[in-house]
Amino acid sequence: MTATTTRERLGALASTPLVWGLVAIVVLLAINSLRDPGYLGVELAASGRLTGNPIDILRTAAPLLMIALGMTLVVATGGIDLSVGSAMVIGGAVSMEMLQAGDGSVGSAMAALGVALLITAVLGAINGVLVAFVGLQPFITTLVTMLAGRGLAKVITEGQNTSASNEAFRWIANGTVLGAPVVFLIALAILVVVVVLVRTTALGMLIESIGIDPKASRMAGVDRRSLLVAVYVISGVLGGVAGVFATGSVMTVDVSNTGLLLELDAILAVVVGGTALTGGRFSLAGAAIGALLIATLDKTVVFLGVSSAATPAFKAVVIVALCLLQSATIRERLSRVRLRAPRREVTA
Amino acid sequence: MTTTIERPHAAPKPPWHRRAIERARRRGIDVRTLPTGAAGIILAVMLVYGEVAYGQVLQASTLSNLLINNAHFVILAVGLSFVILAGGIDLSVGAVIAVSSVAGVMLVGAGWPTPLAIAAMIGIGTAFGTASGVLVQHFGVQPFIATLAMMFLARGLASMLSTTPQRLPDDSSFRLLGEPWKLIDGPRVNDLMASAGLVVAVVVVVVAAIVLQRTRFGRTVYAIGGSESSAALMGLRVPRTKLAIYVISGTLAGVAAVVYTARLGTAQNITGMGWELTAIAAVVIGGTLLTGGYGYVVGSVIGALVLGLMTVLITRDGGVPPEMTTIITGGILFVFVMLQRAVVRRRR
Amino acid sequence: MEPRPPIVEMRGITIEFPGVKALDGVDLRLLPGEVHTLMGENGAGKSTLIKALTGVYRFQEGELIVAGEPVRLDGTASAQAAGISTVYQEVNLCENLSIGENVMLGQEPRTRLGIDWRRLHARASEALEALGLGDLDTRQSLSTLSLAVQQLVAISRAIVANAKVLILDEPTSSLDANEVARLFAVMRDLRDRGVAILFVSHFLEQVYEISDRLTVLRNGRHQGEFAIDEIDRSALISLMIGKDADTLDAIAQKREAAPREVDAEPLLRARGIARRGAIVPTDLELHAGEVLGFAGLLGSGRTELARLLYGADRLDAGTIELHGRPVALTSPAAALRHRIVFSSENRRDEGIIRDLTVRENVVLAVQAKRGWLRRIATSQQRTLVDDCIARFDVRPAQPERRIGTLSGGNQQKVLLGRWLATDPEIVILDEPTRGIDVGAKADIQAAVLELASRGVAVIFISSELDEVVRLSDRIVVLKDHAVIATLENGPDVTSETIVARIADADTQEEAA
Repeated sequence: MTATTTRERLGALASTPLVWGLVAIVVLLAINSLRDPGYLGVELAASGRLTGNPIDILRTAAPLLMIALGMTLVVATGGIDLSVGSAMVIGGAVSMEMLQAGDGSVGSAMAALGVALLITAVLGAINGVLVAFVGLQPFITTLVTMLAGRGLAKVITEGQNTSASNEAFRWIANGTVLGAPVVFLIALAILVVVVVLVRTTALGMLIESIGIDPKASRMAGVDRRSLLVAVYVISGVLGGVAGVFATGSVMTVDVSNTGLLLELDAILAVVVGGTALTGGRFSLAGAAIGALLIATLDKTVVFLGVSSAATPAFKAVVIVALCLLQSATIRERLSRVRLRAPRREVTA
Repeated sequence: MTTTIERPHAAPKPPWHRRAIERARRRGIDVRTLPTGAAGIILAVMLVYGEVAYGQVLQASTLSNLLINNAHFVILAVGLSFVILAGGIDLSVGAVIAVSSVAGVMLVGAGWPTPLAIAAMIGIGTAFGTASGVLVQHFGVQPFIATLAMMFLARGLASMLSTTPQRLPDDSSFRLLGEPWKLIDGPRVNDLMASAGLVVAVVVVVVAAIVLQRTRFGRTVYAIGGSESSAALMGLRVPRTKLAIYVISGTLAGVAAVVYTARLGTAQNITGMGWELTAIAAVVIGGTLLTGGYGYVVGSVIGALVLGLMTVLITRDGGVPPEMTTIITGGILFVFVMLQRAVVRRRR
Repeated sequence: MEPRPPIVEMRGITIEFPGVKALDGVDLRLLPGEVHTLMGENGAGKSTLIKALTGVYRFQEGELIVAGEPVRLDGTASAQAAGISTVYQEVNLCENLSIGENVMLGQEPRTRLGIDWRRLHARASEALEALGLGDLDTRQSLSTLSLAVQQLVAISRAIVANAKVLILDEPTSSLDANEVARLFAVMRDLRDRGVAILFVSHFLEQVYEISDRLTVLRNGRHQGEFAIDEIDRSALISLMIGKDADTLDAIAQKREAAPREVDAEPLLRARGIARRGAIVPTDLELHAGEVLGFAGLLGSGRTELARLLYGADRLDAGTIELHGRPVALTSPAAALRHRIVFSSENRRDEGIIRDLTVRENVVLAVQAKRGWLRRIATSQQRTLVDDCIARFDVRPAQPERRIGTLSGGNQQKVLLGRWLATDPEIVILDEPTRGIDVGAKADIQAAVLELASRGVAVIFISSELDEVVRLSDRIVVLKDHAVIATLENGPDVTSETIVARIADADTQEEAA
């Protein structure tokens, strides 16, 4: 056993991207608080729900958090899923169409959710099969399903922005439990479920294994194909869930804009969270922090009175800042790794 | 003494597609040109089909319009070809067009002379490309993330400049660039036309093809796409080349913005949303391998025209719902990727 | 004999990596017109020294003098500018480009209109001609060439560059005898033209055949510089490994066929298994508790046959029975379920998962076998990895260390631990001792014998015939994708008799 000094631990902590993500969130909240000391205040409204900026941020973060989790697993296998935005719009379109035809009961809400998830699971399975069995590149595969998926959503609603009403649905998207937004609680629950799924089983290790070295993993008996299908299905389903909630809050699916380019935000969240796009080691908590950071950023930009259309510029600033921060550490490490490379010879 | 004798492996019998390729090779066909050749054939088939099914496709006016209307897109695809051939990716080009054209139109509105405004527009593209390149090359940021950051930055800046459509003054000399010229005054408006934008596109294509085929820089691009580490060990100028491809891609995005703005006369912050993905699709359809090393500029031109022609045919058909467009784009992309997979040998 | 001043002189080169001195004050002198061999065990610092000479690594101390001038290299390009060309063991060319272009990349003849392709191909042909490859169509893709020819193409780059110094890092490891002969002819020719060649090889015979002088390294230190006729083989080996070569032989006494009931049911019986281009229909029997050696040249079918038994490649024909029942080994996972394990010769690409920890690498196969749902309990993982570390003396003994940071020998031990953790009945080891140091080699050989004594059936494959002869009960001799003999080991079986068998089969074929 080696003894780790506090300093080493701090150093390790500082080189964890997750920490930088948290720091960025705190900095943003601090800026907002400087401008309005009551920014972080949370009030209990007469209706029994909590209101306030932090609650808003959580609500905004929820759908992004969901797709970022699926994206993390896909990225860990060395892949990428550009189709989650389309999975969102399909989920939204299917559920809205079902609800419009339904009777507004809880049962029809469940049916709508079920069918939406089933169809997005199929979308994910198509990605998975093309990547795992046909051997196409993830980027191209999911670019195809991204293009075709949004088209499919438009076909489902015949190009219309379908609206519907269903109280159960609206509650899930807009309601609160003990004052907290239901949708964020669900996102948290999904986070817990996914963490439990990958870390109390061997799924996480096996995903990392195929992400680092697919060939060696096969020789060790790891079934790469089923793992790949699994992660793309998970990503598709989580996209569907996110889509249902994103549309549920307004009870309208906007086939041209729901989930549009949100896959990029999700990838951003994953990378901010410290999972490398080359695959391998991944961090779900990091992705959750990343999603929160992006939501905080969105709200901050609006709060500071900048047009929300300009938000991307601030995201860019955050990405570049984080990349440079990490890059300084990465480069230091890289130079060490590069020097370390011949170690197998020198310590043999 | 240890007795050691070594001999290389005998190659196992290759699968059918590899054998088909062997046959082609024996007949003196360079298999590297097959995907691009196939794209050319598809384009021809589409033209003939369009003529037979809808009429008035294979005629001067339709073809000139196809070229004029897609000139900017061809330029964009050529720029991306450099990046993709070297195994990189540039997601920022669509957003760069937005910021460049909004800025350009506003500058003209503010009284800048046209040449100066054009120089500024191209300069903006160069600046973004340089930033991507520096992030990738000097800070070791993955191309996907670096250009994603530039995409966000460009989109955000465009929105900060203006969120409403900006019009070029009706008397601006800028518009002349987009004005179609009648070369041959055909019967019943069947005119052969060109525009300054089209000329620019042709020049860009020719210069790019020469640079890639006949300069050391161009061959280094291919070598990096084939194997970056080999290229470095062969003493090629890898860092400089990697920086340069992003500069080229950004600059050509600026040129595309000039051509597009001149033709349309307006610019908006949401111009070019998703164009980077369509342009990547065009490059891939044209036979360039997304992992780099294989492909031709002329293929990217064909790919861009295939997608452009597809839109024309769908409009002509009238029976195809517009929401099917992206599904068909996805389908074409899928078919070509499958074709490439069959042709390009996988690495041992 | 030193009339010529050295073209390259490295003095007191020291390269330190965090925690370890890779090179400690090493000297190297290359004279024009000589073949100079760099000798040393794995880990001696050969590769590090070469990388210092080619500008990949920078050295903290020491100086490099090229043609009398002190030089500071800051990359491969500047090394090439200084006239130093390198051909690496893993050929570094671009498969997507043509042969001619690979020869000429970076040195393309140009006119005002850019690269002159006609002249490029002509000059490439010229350079290849000098290597006896004048009949190659330089417009073909490089990927059409075998690895051996690609190696020669890489050398032709040095000819085009007019290199004064040519570094050949283990160029012969994937070449057959004819190809080696051709390479040596080229090397002699270049030498006679005044090129200084720095040669690295593990094959002693080749070293004595081609070298003029040699420099020996051990543990990053300079052990001496010799003319080839100044030092004999045993002295050289002693210098390299630092102890008498006999020690290794003493590790395991030669094994003889264990007495076995003649009618005993074999554990594994393969009938007519074949794969196109890899192995002709072959029968094979494997008994519990025996070590079955596969002897043959690389490419003889020894690895190919083993891969079929593990399901790493698919059978084209034939059946495999385990315990008398037919089984379908369609994938490594299927073989693992049948308690067969296979340690690939390609440790880096088919063995370790470099970013996972030692612990994770050990439990990986067991976990894959159980499926992802039934995770191995943390305590049990701990036990498995501690067992492995203790049993094979893995260093450093840190279960949570990234395996990529371990030395080759220790990686191999961890991999062995991975396979044994699955409680196998059949263990197939393909070149388990290649490229690792003597101590680890002895540990692994001991483990093989220990496994057999516990009733595990072991298939042992190695290029070092002595090792096969020492460990095996029976030896399957392969040649040209077929088994040509199965020998019961005994006093009359030696590496020479096996070589004779292989040569003998040659003459038979010619007679037929």
